[in-house]
Amino acid sequence: MAFDLDTGQPLLSVRDLSTSFKSLTGWTEVIRDISFDLHAGETLALVGESGSGKSVTSLSIMRLNPAGRTRTSGQVLFEGQDLLHLSEEQMLRVRGNDIAMIFQEPMTSLNPVLSIGFQLGEALRLHRGITQAEAMKEAERLLERVRIPAARARLSDFPHNFSGGMRQRVMIAMALACGPRVLVADEPTTALDVTVQAQIIDLLKELQREEGMGILFITHDMGVVAEVADRTLVMYKGNMVECAPTREIFANPRQNYTRALISSVPRLGSMAESPAPRPFDVTDRETAVQSTPDFTVAPVRPDEAPVLEVEGLRTRFPIRRGLFGRLVGNVHAVENVSFDIRPGETLSLVGESGCGKSTTGRSVMRLVTPQAGSVRLGGQEMVGLGRSALRRIRQDIQMVFQDPFASLDPRSRVGSSIAEPMIVAGLDRELIRQRVGDLLEEVGLSRDMARRFPHEFSGGQRQRICIARALAVRPKVIVADEAVSALDVTIKVQIVNLLMELQARHRLSMLFISHDMAVVERVSHRVAVMYLGEIVEIGSRAAIFSSPQHAYTRQLLAAVPVADPGVARDRAPAAFGDLRNPVKPPGYEPPRRSYRKAGPDHLVRIDEF
Amino acid sequence: MGGPAATALRAPSVWRRDKGMTLGVALLGTMVICALFAPLLGTVDPTAINPVNRLKPPSAEHWFGTDMVGRDLYSRVIYGARVSLIVGLSVAALCALAGLAIGLVSGSIRQLDGVIMRLIDAMMSIPPVLLAIALTALWRGSLVSVIVAVTLAETPSIARVVRGTVLSLRELPYVEASTAVGASMMRIILVHILPNTLPALLVQASYVCASAMIVESILSFLGAGIPPSIPSWGNIMADGRSLWLVLPQIIFFPAAFLSITVLAVNLVGDGLRDMLDPRQMK
Repeated sequence: MAFDLDTGQPLLSVRDLSTSFKSLTGWTEVIRDISFDLHAGETLALVGESGSGKSVTSLSIMRLNPAGRTRTSGQVLFEGQDLLHLSEEQMLRVRGNDIAMIFQEPMTSLNPVLSIGFQLGEALRLHRGITQAEAMKEAERLLERVRIPAARARLSDFPHNFSGGMRQRVMIAMALACGPRVLVADEPTTALDVTVQAQIIDLLKELQREEGMGILFITHDMGVVAEVADRTLVMYKGNMVECAPTREIFANPRQNYTRALISSVPRLGSMAESPAPRPFDVTDRETAVQSTPDFTVAPVRPDEAPVLEVEGLRTRFPIRRGLFGRLVGNVHAVENVSFDIRPGETLSLVGESGCGKSTTGRSVMRLVTPQAGSVRLGGQEMVGLGRSALRRIRQDIQMVFQDPFASLDPRSRVGSSIAEPMIVAGLDRELIRQRVGDLLEEVGLSRDMARRFPHEFSGGQRQRICIARALAVRPKVIVADEAVSALDVTIKVQIVNLLMELQARHRLSMLFISHDMAVVERVSHRVAVMYLGEIVEIGSRAAIFSSPQHAYTRQLLAAVPVADPGVARDRAPAAFGDLRNPVKPPGYEPPRRSYRKAGPDHLVRIDEF
Repeated sequence: MGGPAATALRAPSVWRRDKGMTLGVALLGTMVICALFAPLLGTVDPTAINPVNRLKPPSAEHWFGTDMVGRDLYSRVIYGARVSLIVGLSVAALCALAGLAIGLVSGSIRQLDGVIMRLIDAMMSIPPVLLAIALTALWRGSLVSVIVAVTLAETPSIARVVRGTVLSLRELPYVEASTAVGASMMRIILVHILPNTLPALLVQASYVCASAMIVESILSFLGAGIPPSIPSWGNIMADGRSLWLVLPQIIFFPAAFLSITVLAVNLVGDGLRDMLDPRQMK
């Protein structure tokens, strides 16, 4: 079936949609005068940073904002009727039947104690009034439509039997149950790994072609926008900045904010000719004036002795069950991982969730105790050190965590958080006070902010505070565990630049743990790719990104969405699907691996198939 | 939005946020004043017996009436506040300290956790009132023995709450961040974990305070608590129980004072928790 995009009449037509929330001080307008049309067979992306009002827009259309504390005005025309003026019962029929929704968290959107078949069947029975037997048959058909293998057998499975990607497929099946005309997808792939994200996006596109649905796709990821959207609506602080065909938005953005947003997006492949990591150009959000930071990261001298040497690192977590804690298996989180980092060098550890990259970082920090292997910092062995010796050596290796809010004590003033490493090191009080101010200035904040509490800062500022804390005792190595993953693009760029600037100034070594390939390409001297607890490929950035050897590395790179709607994608079918289970029975020994040299600084694991 | 509409909306919301605390402080303050200045509040000797005046309804002379031996009920209720408040507040303070210490040790030191928690479980399996009766029977009834008995009975619940909070706090990234900068376990417990257990501790302590006053009343009511010579709300009610159909005020007044005090303590506890939250500070 082919659908003409210009049938004239839009499916969904939103005019001057404004929503206010009740707060302590009165009504606060959170979105202002949003207008757009969505046609059959079309995908409209609603894009913006956190707090820009994109989710509120979709919830306002569905009338899912909390009643009594929300005021919505404007018009939402769906097939000629204004949804904002329907009664609650009429609206119930519209939701699910005509307009369906899928959410970000496939893990929590399904009831863990009911089987998939029951949950799908329930939706069908409620909306279509069919019998149990018919509902089961229909549920099976739906699971097949979202390409879940062995659909009939999986109907009786429970949500925990499904991986994240599979659960999102089930959610999509549920949304499709009643053949909706419009699908509202609120960050449907944000919680998923890139390879799974690519599969879900492909699935949505295929289903759209079959059904001719209009899709309202909410996302913060410009790469995803470029891949899925026919048209794009950019939002900023509750306002509609710009709405145009996606190609035009990317090729010729009219508004300054859009320009800033698009130029902030890290692009894979932008570093091919650069020998050392290079800071991002920074674009001002209001004026779109671009500026290049005035520092450079030096390439690493290969003759220098490494500051951090990790060899044969192995971390397993025992799974115990029963009254006497019988060992029933081990999670093989890190297996035989070796790498080293020279002064002033950034090694990135990449891989998908559950591959063991964070556990590697935490084992190096000795936040978890590795079972075997050695970690030498400046020549001193860290594994097996006693508590007090470990405390001393920890001054040389510091960590920046993923969630900047959770990693600051909400009851401590940020000054005391930054001072903590120095207090622990026993520095003089007056000196500490002085240095806290200096550190705050060094990370781009002001001295007097030391007296504030974490909740008074934005996410980006909080991450700056965490970086200041990590720098406090002048460490040699910083472990940055997904340090920029939770931040919006424009902020992400600034924090990555800050890390690089500090590295250049202090010749810091960095273990940069991330799943974001585009950022990794920018910051790394060298890259290690992890899969199921092992390094499958390690080498210089240029080697990994321009001539990836291992099949998994290639798949990972191919799955990264390209923030350019002009680029046609050809994605090889995924050889490494969702991550396999790292839980093994007790006594299991992983196969001994060997690596082959693929270049001067490039090792690839040899896999026997 | 601005102007008068916004101001009009703001005023009641500030009041709404603080009125519980304000009311609680006012009520509790009144009770404390009653207890401290009992002799100055128009009372007579609460133990003076006057058989001629027995079982009188409230009047100008005896505001709450008199009991079956002619003691002035108003004086007895006002003096009774002393026992209730002393028991309630000291039990809350002792339980909070003991529970905090036990909970912190149990939550932080894995090797001791199992042993401590099994002991706590064992103590919790004994009904608090029964435990208190047994202990006061052992030591003869006195104010101190009531306080010790109720403290022993109520500490396990606080220790459990604190331990649970410590266990969840220990997994938080900021505690891990502190470990990563090389802070000692002692420092982490004192600087990061202890202050963050306070909200849960305060709520639980205010509940224990209220419950201690009730347990004291029950003990006195059963004749196992404070000696009958010292008026407490519990033994006033105990005295009046056989007559409550005829003269309900003998039960009503001490019961009303007890309820109001319990309510006030709970309101103050919730208010303190909110006040200590840096996010609520202005």
